[in-house]
Amino acid sequence: MLQEESDLSLIIAQIVQKLKGSNLYSQLERQAWASLQRPEIKLESLKEDIKEFFKISGWEKKLQNAVYSELSVFPLPSHPAAPPEHLKEPLVYMRKAQGSWEKRILKSLNSMCTELSIPLARKRPVGEQKELLNKWNEMGTDEPDLSLFRPVYAPKDFLEVLINLRNPNYENGDSLSFRTHLGLIQVPLKVKDIPELKECFVELGLNIGQLGIDDSTQVPPELFENEHVRIGQKVLAQQDSAAAQQYIRQGSPTALRAELWALILNISSQPEDVLYYEQLKTNVIQHDLLVDSLIYKDVKLTASNDDYYFVFEDYLYQVLLCFSRDTSVLSHFAFNSASPPKSYIRGKLGLEEYAVFYPPNGVIPFHGFSMYVAPLCFLYHEPSKLYQIFREMYVRFFFRLHSISSHPSGIVSLCLLFETLLQTYLPQLFYHLREIGAQPLRISFKWMVRAFSGYLATDQLLLLWDRILGYNSLEILAVLAAAVFAFRAVNLMEVTSLAAAEAVLADLSTLKVMPLLQIFLFATVT
Amino acid sequence: MAGKVKWVTDIEKSVLINNFEKRGWVQVTENEDWNFYWMSVQTIRNVFSVEAGYRLSDDQIVNHFPNHYELTRKDLMVKNIKRYRKELEKEGSPLAEKDENGKYLYLGLCVFHRLMFSVNIPRRPVQPWIMILSHRFKKCVPKDSKTSSFVSQSNKEAYVISLYINNPLLIGGRKFDLRLYVLVSTYRPLRCYMYKLGFCRFCTVKYTPSTSELDNMFVHLTNVAIQKHGEDYNHIHGGKWTVSNLRLYLESTRGKEVTSKLFDEIHWIIVQSLKAVAVNASPSLTSSTANDRILKYNLINDTLNIAVPNGEIPDCKWNKSPPKEVLGNYEILYDEELAQGDGADRELRSRQGQSLGPRAGRSRDSGRAVLTTWK
Repeated sequence: MLQEESDLSLIIAQIVQKLKGSNLYSQLERQAWASLQRPEIKLESLKEDIKEFFKISGWEKKLQNAVYSELSVFPLPSHPAAPPEHLKEPLVYMRKAQGSWEKRILKSLNSMCTELSIPLARKRPVGEQKELLNKWNEMGTDEPDLSLFRPVYAPKDFLEVLINLRNPNYENGDSLSFRTHLGLIQVPLKVKDIPELKECFVELGLNIGQLGIDDSTQVPPELFENEHVRIGQKVLAQQDSAAAQQYIRQGSPTALRAELWALILNISSQPEDVLYYEQLKTNVIQHDLLVDSLIYKDVKLTASNDDYYFVFEDYLYQVLLCFSRDTSVLSHFAFNSASPPKSYIRGKLGLEEYAVFYPPNGVIPFHGFSMYVAPLCFLYHEPSKLYQIFREMYVRFFFRLHSISSHPSGIVSLCLLFETLLQTYLPQLFYHLREIGAQPLRISFKWMVRAFSGYLATDQLLLLWDRILGYNSLEILAVLAAAVFAFRAVNLMEVTSLAAAEAVLADLSTLKVMPLLQIFLFATVT
Repeated sequence: MAGKVKWVTDIEKSVLINNFEKRGWVQVTENEDWNFYWMSVQTIRNVFSVEAGYRLSDDQIVNHFPNHYELTRKDLMVKNIKRYRKELEKEGSPLAEKDENGKYLYLGLCVFHRLMFSVNIPRRPVQPWIMILSHRFKKCVPKDSKTSSFVSQSNKEAYVISLYINNPLLIGGRKFDLRLYVLVSTYRPLRCYMYKLGFCRFCTVKYTPSTSELDNMFVHLTNVAIQKHGEDYNHIHGGKWTVSNLRLYLESTRGKEVTSKLFDEIHWIIVQSLKAVAVNASPSLTSSTANDRILKYNLINDTLNIAVPNGEIPDCKWNKSPPKEVLGNYEILYDEELAQGDGADRELRSRQGQSLGPRAGRSRDSGRAVLTTWK
């Protein structure tokens, strides 16, 4: 009991510490001072009166949302004597693997830099700055020569690294048993099985209304949809993050989604936020970074060719170029197993005073990175709001999809969860695919790394991301991947090569996500 | 007597021929006995011209109605709207209502003021107009008020002048138009179907209303035939979105009511136009991308399923209301028989904005006219 209490006070202390430096704190302070003018605030009962005032005026709710936000984003603190690396990643071998992967990426970036004789960063001449400012809304029409640039890495390179991960303390012996994991991932992390997943995703159950199923044209809206929309409007009126997160587990009505996501992510567009974005924009105008070319290349290769997202090409540049320069993103490395790459001012290699993080936000984009932003363009068309939402989504979820960690929502766990689900519940399919040299993970990896963006139809993708927000977990990506395989099992059993298996699973654009998930979790014989 | 449907076409398009062949229909020439003739516009004109004196027999179907010819020209469209209005007025229909100045509330045509082109009016916002040559569908670049004269013609071609909308809805900063497929199976009673998989076509260049760009064809005109030659034209997707994408985007960014109202009004315009009888005769059957080919194939497939039910030899005495299963990706846009069966007073209430009955955009199995909340 005592331990729990001290844990709790530790958490509280940390959150208070964090919030003290935030904008909300100064706003609350100002509000408290201003409230002294009000007649209902009396000196004798100052504390209670101000608290009451906060409750009535909605400020308490804002504070509540901020606290809730902190709780969901940050992992619970471990033992006070634990070093900060443990917050990033408790397992040493994972940390080491991430470290060497980062070294490789950085080496690749640096060699590209040297080969092309392009500096990592340079200040733009004034003429160029003016030109860029004029073209800010249509950078997509720019056709710089990108042929010499290559993405720093692609998801399949990352997969190879994950396949080679080993826990040096774990020896599972040479003899094959029914426990042997037949998949590509060979690290012993704990993943959930279907009964546990059913408990976890209880709101997706068969007898609970869902958007994505119970709003189809054959179902009269009086049965579920109308009431669900009404509740959603109520949740928005209350401005309660926690309620919104609970609500969205059953899906969000399209008209309410933008606001609900903003509420859950605790994003409100304050003037300071718009200013901050403008400042980032100025940074983009003034300095050119090598990663900018990587971003351009990525957008041109992926989003520009996508049936749904090509329209938003220019928004993607506006978001991603600013993102690279946003140093506030660096704070998420406290709980990310990755660390921002360091670079040194020319000639001062090794001298810490001359070290800078490169790119300024510490995130090197890879092939497909822009697809994290693209679906958001369907919801937000104001650049600074779009930017904020993306940044928050990245530091809460997306970073876990390309860093090596033992976190249950980390990509390693997702891969293992996917393979285990397949091996346990579709053993015949799994074995067959393995025999023909088509390890299922080789096909599903790219879906999960991109959180299915670019593979599903947009409306389905948004329904999926509703649940990511609702459950504050990425595990649903692995479950969906397994469900897709289950759905196409009959065809997959007939293929005889990896290429043929890829072809069966090439087009996911007609899939309806929620029925697949529901059937896999709740209607499969276990 | 189950014979195979005999078909002819003078348009060599795979989306047509594949559909005919997959039904096991028999290809014949136009001089033989045929049941189904998919005609090009020229052929239709000849067949139904007064001089030809051609009459279709009871077991023959063609892909256009005889009066389509007068429908496809925008100058005749103006005439038709005016005639339609007069008819409605005679019937006492609320659609022909006028306001206190005598202007039609719902069916008004823009009044073109020569005055808008006068150079002497200072600081008047530029109101561009678009001049449409009535015959060949070629849109001229809109002239702005700086030039005080239009193209002077020595011949007497009819022009239709339209208000040019200066502030179109932009997505991703781009202008787009809508390509919707509507099938009319009969005019009296009016039965028409809207294909659910219509699409939007985007301009490749960002929209700007500035005068200097008025001459830039790529900014203003979204016709793919023109866009294809722009530098930025992307051959993988051809700058298109499905209408359901559009709907998702609009609902997400602007809310459901506004979006539903928008689509309602689009459907209303379509039905009223059909009633006034003004429609483009020949949609392009050329496919620009693989997805496009699939779309058009399925479109023709569903079209044939409705127009020639059960693949049997056409019979003009049939009751032409097909069962729901046959509709495929079509939705009933308007079925006059069903609509009229519900009583005439719905029209007045609906047009004033109260939506009754089933919601727009959903199909229900009663087969009622569901895309419209009005008559």
